[in-house]
Amino acid sequence: MLEIHDLHVSVKGTPVLKGIDLSIRAGETFILFGPNGSGKTTLLMTLMGVSGYEVTRGQIIFKGKDITRAPMYERARLGIGMSFQRPPTIHGLPTGKLVELCGRGRQMDIAGMARTVHFDRFLDRDVNAGFSGGEIKRSELLQLMAQRPDLLLFDEPESGVDLENMALVGQTVRRLLDGMPDTCSATLRERERRRSTSGLIITHTGHILEYVNAHRGQVMYHGKLCCEARPREILDHIANHGYQECLRCLAGDMYGKIAEAPLL
Amino acid sequence: MSTVDLSRFSFSGGENAAPVDDLTRLPAEDRQRLVLAGIDVHDRQVSGAFMQLNHAGVHCETRRDGLDLMDIRAALKKYDGLPQYYWQLLNPDKDDFTRMAHERLNGGYFVRARRGVRLTEPVQSCMFIKGHGAGQSVHNIVVVEEGAELHILGGCATAHEARDAAHLGITEYYVEKGGKLTFTMIHNWGETTTVRPRSVGRVDAGGVFQNNYILLKPVGDLQMYPLMELAGSGAVARFNSVIVAPSGSYVDCGNRIELNAPDTRGEVISRVLTTGGTVINRGYIGAAAAPAKGHLECKGLIMGGGRIHAIPELNSNQDGVELSHEAAVGKIAQEEIEYLMARGLDEDEAASTIVRGFLNVEIMGLPTPLKNAMDEQISLLETGRAM
Repeated sequence: MLEIHDLHVSVKGTPVLKGIDLSIRAGETFILFGPNGSGKTTLLMTLMGVSGYEVTRGQIIFKGKDITRAPMYERARLGIGMSFQRPPTIHGLPTGKLVELCGRGRQMDIAGMARTVHFDRFLDRDVNAGFSGGEIKRSELLQLMAQRPDLLLFDEPESGVDLENMALVGQTVRRLLDGMPDTCSATLRERERRRSTSGLIITHTGHILEYVNAHRGQVMYHGKLCCEARPREILDHIANHGYQECLRCLAGDMYGKIAEAPLL
Repeated sequence: MSTVDLSRFSFSGGENAAPVDDLTRLPAEDRQRLVLAGIDVHDRQVSGAFMQLNHAGVHCETRRDGLDLMDIRAALKKYDGLPQYYWQLLNPDKDDFTRMAHERLNGGYFVRARRGVRLTEPVQSCMFIKGHGAGQSVHNIVVVEEGAELHILGGCATAHEARDAAHLGITEYYVEKGGKLTFTMIHNWGETTTVRPRSVGRVDAGGVFQNNYILLKPVGDLQMYPLMELAGSGAVARFNSVIVAPSGSYVDCGNRIELNAPDTRGEVISRVLTTGGTVINRGYIGAAAAPAKGHLECKGLIMGGGRIHAIPELNSNQDGVELSHEAAVGKIAQEEIEYLMARGLDEDEAASTIVRGFLNVEIMGLPTPLKNAMDEQISLLETGRAM
């Protein structure tokens, strides 16, 4: 589904990602951990094609196509969907209308979809105008439900969300990834086989792991990926030892440089 | 802007033009121009309709009790010169245009919603100019008596072939105690039309004046600065304008509200888009009584050249007033474009979606055919060279 080779990205001339290699298979959910400022969001923004994230080396292949330089809408139409953490307000554009645009002409029951994320009362409100943290998340999810991406990029599903909303967000992300309702009686094996939507999710708290079947995880540290393991294991490890442990996973030539970096 | 030489225009002739009993029988080309000025001649959901062609009132029908609608000249005769309304809010000596309208009155309408009568279906009023060098100087009087409600859809247009025309329009609005007036005006002038409306209104205690103004088409030279005086406690005035200025348009316009009684509220909201034209976007809220609240908002987008000069003014010497303004002139935020592109819209689709939202004529609550006509205009605008 997604293959990233030796990706180097600079933001305003400052190198942030320093050689990322990552591949995510169809139906696989990958969790990205890492301290603040390590480059996680930069990776997601670069995959989506947001301006200001300059690829200086390397390649991004999605569904066999090189999208390293592709415009955002092409990536979206190919099947990449992203939940923005701080999306802009668009005055005069009702959220329901944007959801319709996300479907690109597909017949949808927008009101019904909105009800599943408790957003039906917000469809007439302008996009992100005065939305709370939880409302932004639900609005993003509703747009993604209409968009039906094959690769879901999600930056911190738990940020700014209370516990009740977390359950709703978590279950909705799971539905997006599974492509079927929770109540569906498919066996685990059937679920795995039918699942074709991949996910790349950034988390600090790990709450999202309560809801989604995360297959693999890795830690981003100072613009590099290290410590691949099962996401739960990584989370436990970080909880016990912090990110200092990651230093040991990185190559010797990086060691000194990383040690100088402030740990947040 | 340079002064206008009014002697270029012909302010008389054709006063006895044949009446048009059925507006649907107007030539298709004229009807099309009228639709873009907000007048759908097929719309039967109206309380009344009035049409002025150059210097003649050619159509006038009233469909509801409690509604008076007639040519201003007929009203002056019938009501002994309308002494309580005619030239009461404006001084004829204000400028060349008021003087001309005073000396050479050649039409306009008198409309009145009688005490307590609530007319929810709009009254259509239409000012139409045909021919070369035609000058139209009209005087309108709008009266909403105590507790009454009136909606007016006012369309102003020039015919397709009209060249170098001038429209001078005096309008006096009277919203009496507890009355409610919604006045939606849509302009569809030509590239060579000179337009000088001069409007003043007074809102008494508890009255509401809501004004919507839409200009999506080119206009040669338009200057207007309607004033609404809130004279009684609890009165409210809101101006909502959407202005698009393509290359060649010169628009100097704004809205002025004077909060002259306690507990009054005023709001001036304007959205301006230039795609090559010039817009001077004024706004003034003054408060001579407290408590009073006012808010001014002028937002402008420059796309493909042009100029926007925003001049918001607030003025008061009263303790306890709350006046604010917000002005911005700029471009579409890249962040907004990219957000929509991440949902699969290409750059043009994203830009036009944002411009449509920015102009937001939706909130004016226009009748469906009219709303569709405005939407279509906005689409044309976006698919053109503007983007």
